[in-house]
Amino acid sequence: MKRILAILMALMMVLSLTACGGSKAPAADGSATALKLGGVGPLTGGAAIYGNAAKQGAEIAVEEINAMGGEITFDLRYEDDAHDAEKSVNAYNTLKDWGMQIFLGSVTSTPGVATSVEANADNMFYLTPSASSTDVLGGVENPLTGTVDIARKANIFQMCFVDPNQGSASAQYISEKALGEKIAIIYKNDDVYSTGIYNSFAAKAAEMNLNIVSTTTFTTDSQNDFSVQIADAKDKGADLIFLPMYYDAASLILTQANAIGYNPTFFGVDGMDGILTVEGFDTALAEGVILLTPFNADSEDEATKSFVAKYKEKYGEIPNQFAADGYDCVYAIYEALKGADVNSKTSASDMCDLLVAKFTDSGFVFNGLTGEDMTWDVSGAVSKAPKGMVIENGAYVGMD
Amino acid sequence: MKKILKNQATRTNFITYGGVILAFILLQGLSAAGALSSSLKGQLVPICAYVVMALSLNLTVGVLGELSLGHAGFMSIGAFSGAVAAAAMTDSIASSPIRLAVAMIIGAAIAGVSGALIGIPVLRLKGDYLAIVTLAFGEIIKSIINNLYIGIDVNGLHASFLNNTITFGDGGRMILSGPMGIPGIQKISSFTGGFLLIMITLIIIFNLVDSRAGRAIMALRDNRIAAESVGIPVTKYKMMAFVTSAALAGAAGALFSLGQNTIIASKFDFNTSILILVFVVLGGQGRMWGSIVAAAALTILPEMLREFADYRMLIYAIVLIVVMLFTNSAGAKQFTAKIKGMFVRDIEGGEQNG
Repeated sequence: MKRILAILMALMMVLSLTACGGSKAPAADGSATALKLGGVGPLTGGAAIYGNAAKQGAEIAVEEINAMGGEITFDLRYEDDAHDAEKSVNAYNTLKDWGMQIFLGSVTSTPGVATSVEANADNMFYLTPSASSTDVLGGVENPLTGTVDIARKANIFQMCFVDPNQGSASAQYISEKALGEKIAIIYKNDDVYSTGIYNSFAAKAAEMNLNIVSTTTFTTDSQNDFSVQIADAKDKGADLIFLPMYYDAASLILTQANAIGYNPTFFGVDGMDGILTVEGFDTALAEGVILLTPFNADSEDEATKSFVAKYKEKYGEIPNQFAADGYDCVYAIYEALKGADVNSKTSASDMCDLLVAKFTDSGFVFNGLTGEDMTWDVSGAVSKAPKGMVIENGAYVGMD
Repeated sequence: MKKILKNQATRTNFITYGGVILAFILLQGLSAAGALSSSLKGQLVPICAYVVMALSLNLTVGVLGELSLGHAGFMSIGAFSGAVAAAAMTDSIASSPIRLAVAMIIGAAIAGVSGALIGIPVLRLKGDYLAIVTLAFGEIIKSIINNLYIGIDVNGLHASFLNNTITFGDGGRMILSGPMGIPGIQKISSFTGGFLLIMITLIIIFNLVDSRAGRAIMALRDNRIAAESVGIPVTKYKMMAFVTSAALAGAAGALFSLGQNTIIASKFDFNTSILILVFVVLGGQGRMWGSIVAAAALTILPEMLREFADYRMLIYAIVLIVVMLFTNSAGAKQFTAKIKGMFVRDIEGGEQNG
């Protein structure tokens, strides 16, 4: 009897959850004439903060556009891929069954490689907020071997910097500004993003005659203890450490370096954005950290201010660059579709041809939160200038 | 024929073959009629791969009675060697089904050899050492592949370890680039290929289990000391089951990777090993049709639950718990026994009439 009761209870719980879920599913509102916009990202799991940020940024943009009540309105639906290539293709197929017309791509790189192949085969327009690997676009030369390993997928575009650009831009920046004499690098060698940036940084650094004294690595399983890597950099007398990684690992490196009294200059890339929001992290340690990032939440710019205010009100946190990238993606598509003869009946393939023609048109210039005067060409990579930021008094300050 | 089918085990085997064939025909028909959603269509090949993984692990866990916590490691070996082999053979073998078959054989061979290498020292020991060693093995494989670089040009394959130091001749391109995995896989796996692999796996496992060797393996599982006392060579039979299991996992890995656009080493981690173990435990240890149903159902379930958005994984967990409770409860066992009894009576009654 007890057992039957337990099963009944479990069933009831499932049913009540179903009710919650059911009422939540159509939250991505929109009228029958709205264009169906889909996106895939890690909404659960270890990379969830990136997926949720991009999703929430896109949600704000869609709300704003729908509130304007113009010709074009969007119906946005995000699906979870838990940062896994196999699940991301499943999520993409689910969106396709839903009738998606335009795809906001995958948020993270490895799933991005998988979904970009599918979207390319289906001729579905693909603009990713933050999948920065060159393999997503295809047609980009491998910085180490000089070979093109993957052919260009013509309908795939990126809103973020491509990884190698960040690496070579960082090396150039360090060299031009003479930021360090002896350079150490710590990177994550089981991560596409980190390794991609490292490879191009190393190639460019050799070209610029930068003196790299220490190169050490870590993996997902060993990203709690950096004492060996930091000690190596310290012993070799490095005065600048390059950290091509996301901010969660970087915050630990800063803390642990400080604990042994070692204070070199730290130089990060766009993944470092968000370090000031890490819980339990002493932001005083981040003083003087330099990072290249396209987005600054403290900017005095009107559009950024309004976005940050809305984001804070709705989600209770300060948006990072993923949120801004998601926001920009929706607006870029909106700008490109303005005046075009499209509706909710337009096929995804026709929509794709139209958008590809518009994005590769030299006259198409987009101003967003993550950059001014952004343009795209047939390579699919965005052209915008990285901003060098330095952290002073707990806030980003532009370096130039 | 009637006599053969009276044997309980043989009857179950034939029902399993029949069920798989029926499911294949049904899905092929639906697919041809355009009644399958693209979501389900995209999952057919991974489901086949997971079914073979579950079957092969069931051989180790259910039949041999040893615990393996690194089965994804064998899958990984098969996946990467199969995908590299398929990429290298793009020009030499034009037909993609043949290329898939060769890639699966290569994946199975390499995974089988690594299974033998692990088995030789570990299967001589008593106790749960295999669980610990396979756990470590899975992690080692992940690390090795994360640091392995393989490329191809007109002169053939090139490889380097730790750093990418490959210099190419004409027509060179990278296939496997360390942590980035294999980003450009040509999809050559098909549902038919997956179906055939499941059938071959079933034939191998059923024939092994029902053979003299299979009885020796199960005797070892049930009572090692008694089995040794009647002169069964322990290590030989344990190796036989474990290496077969590893090789089948390698073939499943090749099928899986060649149905994906990209694979990375961290896909085949401890969680994947546990996921496959869950298929086996939920389906019933030693019960092959149970593994097939559990693997297929638990692969589709998270996708079916996408409607529930945020509560998806919570519901998935609840379903798992409910199924575990249900299949183990005394009431449920009585219920299934009753249904079984009805069928058995029917068959016997039919015989009396005929």
